[in-house]
Amino acid sequence: MNAPAANTWSAYPDARGRFGDYGGRYVAETLMPLVLELDGAYRAAKGDPAFQAELDDFLTHYVGRPSPLYFAERLTAHHAGNGAKGGGCARIWFKRDELNHTGAHKINNCMGQILLARRMGRTRIIAETGAGQHGVATATVCARFGLPCVIYMGATDVERQKPNVFRMRLLGAEIVPVTSGRGTLKDAMNEAMRDWVTNVEDTYYLIGTAAGPHPYPAMVRDFQAVIGREARAQMLERAGKLPDACVASIGGGSNAIGLFHPFLEDDVRLIGIEAAGHGLTSGQHAASMTGGRPGVLHGNKTYLLQDDDGQILDAHSISAGLDYPGIGPEHAWLKDSGRAEYRTATDMEALAAFQECARLEGIIPALEPAHALARVGEIAREVGRGGDVVLNMCGRGDKDIYTVADALAGHADHPAETKL
Amino acid sequence: MSVARLDARFALCRAEDRAAFVAYLMAGDPDAGRSLALLRGLSAAGADVIELGFPFSDPMAEGPPIQRASLRALEAGTTLASTLELVRRFRAGERDTPLILMGYLNPVLSYGYDRFSSDAAEAGVDGLLVVDCPPEEADDLADALDPHGLALVRLAAPTTDAARLPAVVRRASGFVYYVSVAGVTGVKSAAAETVAPAVERIRAAAGGLPVAVGFGIRTPEQAAAVAQAADAVVVGSALVDTLAKHGVEAALGQASALAQAVRNARR
Repeated sequence: MNAPAANTWSAYPDARGRFGDYGGRYVAETLMPLVLELDGAYRAAKGDPAFQAELDDFLTHYVGRPSPLYFAERLTAHHAGNGAKGGGCARIWFKRDELNHTGAHKINNCMGQILLARRMGRTRIIAETGAGQHGVATATVCARFGLPCVIYMGATDVERQKPNVFRMRLLGAEIVPVTSGRGTLKDAMNEAMRDWVTNVEDTYYLIGTAAGPHPYPAMVRDFQAVIGREARAQMLERAGKLPDACVASIGGGSNAIGLFHPFLEDDVRLIGIEAAGHGLTSGQHAASMTGGRPGVLHGNKTYLLQDDDGQILDAHSISAGLDYPGIGPEHAWLKDSGRAEYRTATDMEALAAFQECARLEGIIPALEPAHALARVGEIAREVGRGGDVVLNMCGRGDKDIYTVADALAGHADHPAETKL
Repeated sequence: MSVARLDARFALCRAEDRAAFVAYLMAGDPDAGRSLALLRGLSAAGADVIELGFPFSDPMAEGPPIQRASLRALEAGTTLASTLELVRRFRAGERDTPLILMGYLNPVLSYGYDRFSSDAAEAGVDGLLVVDCPPEEADDLADALDPHGLALVRLAAPTTDAARLPAVVRRASGFVYYVSVAGVTGVKSAAAETVAPAVERIRAAAGGLPVAVGFGIRTPEQAAAVAQAADAVVVGSALVDTLAKHGVEAALGQASALAQAVRNARR
């Protein structure tokens, strides 16, 4: 896809926080002044070289950036072998954000926001978490800066992400299990917003994905865009050219927008992979763009899983980090405008890709990037020999080993099982 | 009727030098039949204005009582369309008591702003209050409601400062709802002495529109204290709790006691 010369994809959102018709600031009046204050504070910080220098220093020496760009040779060979006769396969590269401190991309954003919270004089941090990766990253930066931290986590997720719950407690965070709704990420986000609206004087809400009221989608994207900036420079250095495609899994969409954003003006295909759960026709999935329609939730207008009455439906994914019925508004806009493509992978496909990656590359991925791994073979074959595809390895799989073990035990007839 | 019905009721209360009593209930909680019985009983019990909630799966600004009411209503199959049907049936026997709908934006957006405005006006709704639609995002909705004479009730909060207040009350009609504490519904209540200056500030900014005060008001004593300064006193979570625990008659009894307290507050 050749971007038009006058392309300004990366200039969005507009002053009202809009990406086309998506985004905005749909919050209760009590929160509106806080959201506006945050917008001002973030714009000032963004333009302050001292803030950026402080952030860069922590990203280098605390987070461990830049993360490597790794050529996944055996996975590439595997998919080339699976190719159509006479076809071929692009080289598959992993952007190794699972090597960050705390094991996922989430800390890029947490480090940025905690420095902003300090700059704003906030003394108490709250956050929501699904898989627990954002909760761990938030608890980590709160420990580093000595700030009290309350993490809202759906009761279902507390149960299925025990290792991360333990890690958060070790880091000194208070975990509040949320039992309203189905006890997953959206319910945790509701409860975090209720805390925020109650504690407006001292509390900073550290949202973990590129969604919510403006400026969160833009701010989280900016903090995650370090992924794409590094990947772009690394590809130019290693391959002497830009990649042909970038691939990332999508829950709220922060790892994907972080990878995609620095490539928006380039002739590079951008492909997000949503979680299809038990399958798109099963009604049990988390593919808000593929299987939902536009609406308003959690402060922004975007694609949502909802019924005919506008009630939000429960999402399902084996990956707690993708188990959310919405999507960041910039993705909604990139989808409608055709600049990015979105596909899906089921629980079963992700499980198979999870094992395949572990066996072929010696990297145990989180279940979130396992969804991207499930589609990367077909994408690499579409791009073809001589091309390059960058996949965002946005988290490591240590936290998921019990979930995966349970899933494999419960599906003895699953083809993936035979590979063990 | 629409916004005129609200204006008439507030004019009446002003003539009687008293605050209005606004009773909140959730449509379809615990089912359509009992919800209709409560609606019909409320004006006789002394409610000046009825605020009828329509349920949403993710009521982010509500405390536990209205969260639970929302869930009960959804489990009973309540939708925005069935809420309008409830209003239609209520209006068959009641023309004078103004009724506004209160809830979250997504069901209205999903219904369609124009179709909603036309259907709501036809059903006998007088106004709409949307928790998660601040003035910055409200113009499309106000444009749809205006031709049907439906009020879009604006919210002001303790965090709304003097610089922002004019933007909040721009295009306000019916009344302005003052969220008297930073928090969710039905938990904390404001100290009565903080309410009076806030009400005056908002009323002045809104060109004299009535100011209703809500959040955390549960007892007749609290209601009477707020009624000294406010143009209207809103009670929601307390009624919703009573309905859930003790049924329609008990909720009407409580509404009657609250209405009396509001009526007699300035005597």
